Amino acid sequence: MTSRFFYVTYIRTTPEKLWAALTLPEHTKVYWTCWQESDWRQGADWKLYLPDGRLGDSGRVLEIDPPRRLVLEWRNEFMPELAAEGASRCTVEIEPAGETVKLTVVHEIDRDASKLITAVSGGWPMILSSLKSLLETGHALPTQPRP
Amino acid sequence: MDDDLVFKALADPAMRQPLDSLHARGGQNLADLTTGHDMTRQAVTKHLKLLEKANLVVSEKRGRERLHHLNPVPIHEIADRWIGKFQRAPLRALADLRQTLERKDS
Repeated sequence: MTSRFFYVTYIRTTPEKLWAALTLPEHTKVYWTCWQESDWRQGADWKLYLPDGRLGDSGRVLEIDPPRRLVLEWRNEFMPELAAEGASRCTVEIEPAGETVKLTVVHEIDRDASKLITAVSGGWPMILSSLKSLLETGHALPTQPRP
Repeated sequence: MDDDLVFKALADPAMRQPLDSLHARGGQNLADLTTGHDMTRQAVTKHLKLLEKANLVVSEKRGRERLHHLNPVPIHEIADRWIGKFQRAPLRALADLRQTLERKDS
C-alpha cells in the first residue's frame, strides 16, 4: 500500500515565476522559511535545510522538466522515526489553467500509515497558501525569475 | 478558486460525508465511497463532481480506476483569510493599550 497526499492550488502567476518560487532559496526562505540546495539536474543531489541551518531532508532529483515537472526522492534526516521510513517521493506539477497556473504537489511513500507522510501533510497546505499569497500580492518576490 | 463553491460544498452534509471518508483514508474509488452509505452511485458521483469543482477533492487515474483524495488547500486558504484578520484585532488592542499607558507615564 502507498500513503499518498495530494495538494492542488490555483495561483494567478506564470509557470516560470512559480518554478522560480519553488526552487530558488531567496524565494523559499520568504514563504517556507526553508531552503534547498541542488544543481537541479536529473540525478543531482537535493537537500532541504531548516530555518536554523540543520539538514532537514535529502535525496535526489529523479525527474526535472522546468517549468512543468519536478520529482524528488525525499528522505527525512532530522527525526529518527521518520528517517527510518526511508525514501518518499514528491512530485510537483505545474500546468497553465486559464489565467492561473495549477500547482499539484503529490507526496507519497510505498508503505502503509506512513509517519513521514502524516508529518509533511500538515506542512504542505501551509506552505502552498503562503506561496500563493506571496505570488499573487507580489510581496517580497522579484517580478522576473532568474535563469 | 471560487470560495462560494467551497462554502456551498461544506454546508451540505451529503458532501461532507465523502470528505470525511477521504480524510480517514485517501485514494478511494467510487465503489469504496459508495459502500456502507445509503447513497446511490449516481448521488456520490454528482457530489464528487461538485467537490472536485470546488477543489476540495482531486482525483487521479490509476489503471482502470479513478482514485479520489481530499485536497486540504482551499480549507486552509479560508482559515488563513479570516483567522489572520481576527488575530489582528487583539494585537491592535494591545498596541493601543501600550500607547495609552506610555502616554500617561510621560
